[in-house]
Amino acid sequence: MKLLVCIKQILDPEIPVRDFSIDREKLEADSANANQVTNIFCENALETALQLRDSVGESSITVICFGRESAEDSLRKALAMKADEACLVMNDLNHTPDSATTAHVLASAIESLGSFDLIFTGRESGDWGNGQTGAYLAEELKVPYLPFVDDIKQTDKGFEVRRQTESGWERYGIPASSVVTITNSDHNLPRIPKTRDIMMSHRKTITRVSFEDLKIRKDELNPQSDSVRPVKLFVPEKESACEFIEGENLNAKIDQLADKIMEIRSTL
Amino acid sequence: MSETSGNGSDILCVLSSNEWDRSAEGLVGAGRLLSDKTGGKLIAVTLGEWQDSALKQLGARCHQVRVGQTQVSVSGGIESMLDYLVKLAEEIQPASILFGNGTVEEEISPRLAFRLGGSSIGDAQALTISNNRIQVTRSVYGGKATAVMELQKSPAVVWIRSRAFPPAGPLPQSGSFETTVIQETSPESIELLQHHEDASEGVSLEEATMIVSGGRGLGGPEPFEDLKALAATIGAEMAASRAACDAGWVPHSWQVGQTGKKVTPELYLAVAMSGSSQHMMGITDARNIAAVNTDPDAPIFKHCRFGIVEDYRNVIGPLTEKLKSRKK
Ligand SMILES: Cc1cc2nc3c(=O)[nH]c(=O)nc-3n(C[C@H](O)[C@H](O)[C@H](O)COP(=O)(O)OP(=O)(O)OC[C@H]3O[C@@H](n4cnc5c(N)ncnc54)[C@H](O)[C@@H]3O)c2cc1C
Repeated sequence: MKLLVCIKQILDPEIPVRDFSIDREKLEADSANANQVTNIFCENALETALQLRDSVGESSITVICFGRESAEDSLRKALAMKADEACLVMNDLNHTPDSATTAHVLASAIESLGSFDLIFTGRESGDWGNGQTGAYLAEELKVPYLPFVDDIKQTDKGFEVRRQTESGWERYGIPASSVVTITNSDHNLPRIPKTRDIMMSHRKTITRVSFEDLKIRKDELNPQSDSVRPVKLFVPEKESACEFIEGENLNAKIDQLADKIMEIRSTL
Repeated sequence: MSETSGNGSDILCVLSSNEWDRSAEGLVGAGRLLSDKTGGKLIAVTLGEWQDSALKQLGARCHQVRVGQTQVSVSGGIESMLDYLVKLAEEIQPASILFGNGTVEEEISPRLAFRLGGSSIGDAQALTISNNRIQVTRSVYGGKATAVMELQKSPAVVWIRSRAFPPAGPLPQSGSFETTVIQETSPESIELLQHHEDASEGVSLEEATMIVSGGRGLGGPEPFEDLKALAATIGAEMAASRAACDAGWVPHSWQVGQTGKKVTPELYLAVAMSGSSQHMMGITDARNIAAVNTDPDAPIFKHCRFGIVEDYRNVIGPLTEKLKSRKK
């Protein structure tokens, strides 16, 4: 079985608010003061694929990333987590392309790599958070699509998957070659690679693919050709002055807390 | 202005929740906001089984209601539903197609945009039109920034935070109705095998006016039982941070935030959670936020109206007792 996992490298989403600033020229976050990391949902996706491979055996996992030079680190980490192959589709554009363009580039690259039994993406990214790449990718490849998946088993007809809904979950049967997007759950927390595997990952080759290789005309990819583009980006101001409840002792403080809660409740 | 580039000036609102609730009101309100600007018609598209009384509310507020009667359940018949919406959009040539927030809406929007050669974006908190193009305001970078995104290809397919939009009043004249039975056009490649609803007693989190929410600092599933007792005393619903859900302490349907529910209560009581920007994305429209946290520098306090710096273990039990006696 051949599995493909699409991963994205993003600015560390867990940096404190005070370290976050905006590049007004490029209309994106300043990358100077923060690390680049693999998007968490992409790591959940890789973990889900690794568990599927472990359960069926005789399978290989390819990770693919459309990203900058620095994305090599994310691919190395995926190899250290024990993915089999890695492919970097080099993004040397002057802007950050939208989800539709990203999916279009990924689809061309995937077609050049061959066919896969299941294609994984994260449900959304921690930077722009559009949550659309998986859907566009399925449309580009003309294959079935199911988002918010958190568990996958192989069956004789394809796969049986569980997906989260607003109010619970559903189980679906999906055919081979589908695109699924993966969400976090208590059983797909990404594994920590072993030191030995991290060392080994540096000996593996990462296949590099350029726009030219994919016969995509780079000069046709620009902010104006994207279907969606940012026209403003700013840090919202929304701090409110918190009243810290003080008092003689804990009992008095909790009394005040109760009063304040009842006060709000009485307005309902 | 008379039209947005490419398509016509009509606005489609697709309603799949089959209820006239605050969410449907907000979706129609958002549609009206746009149709008032484009000068086009506001057309409601309903999916699923709708009560006559709910359809009447829609008819009063829209120029036209297209009732799509589905044989199959919404989540089971995505392909046929997409085919139906593509056909409808090709006939009407709308400037924009709006959806509410939900699993199915999020799944469908980009696929519909792709098939119509349009553009799509989600989680819209505000909508405007500039240079004949729809612009969407949304939180990005896990809530650390706000972006205005321009949808450059028409139709603009957008799923919105419905409850963030003001409801629209009735139009001078009620709209016309047209009913279509949605046929099973494409074979469903995906088969629904089982549907599970997490146990919940009260109203949905989105409709809740009081919410008690727990985070990683609770350290395990047991303290959530104490929070439940507290919530029950004041008639609040339960929620959690992603850290608590990921740990398996509570179901994922409790998660609030960027990738969880967006809630709008009068009171959101955050217990033992730090207030990460991603979590805050789910409670930007809460009227009052209060917190119990041992760390006075926890970011949650920056968003609170009031708070108490204390170990939750010393607070929750006595607080529940005090609230019980005050209710009497
Ligand atoms: C792409 C992306 C999407 C995300 N989406 C979401 C989302 O939708 N929702 C979400 O919640 N998170 C989301 N996150 C995760 C988010 O970044 C945080 O990791 C998470 O919200 C932290 O949860 P927490 O506040 O419970 O835990 P922590 O940040 O660990 O905070 C625990 C808090 O408990 C306090 N505490 C500890 N012990 C006690 C005690 N005894 N009494 C009182 N207080 C105590 C501590 O002082 C601390 O402030 C997302 C992250 C990413 C990258």
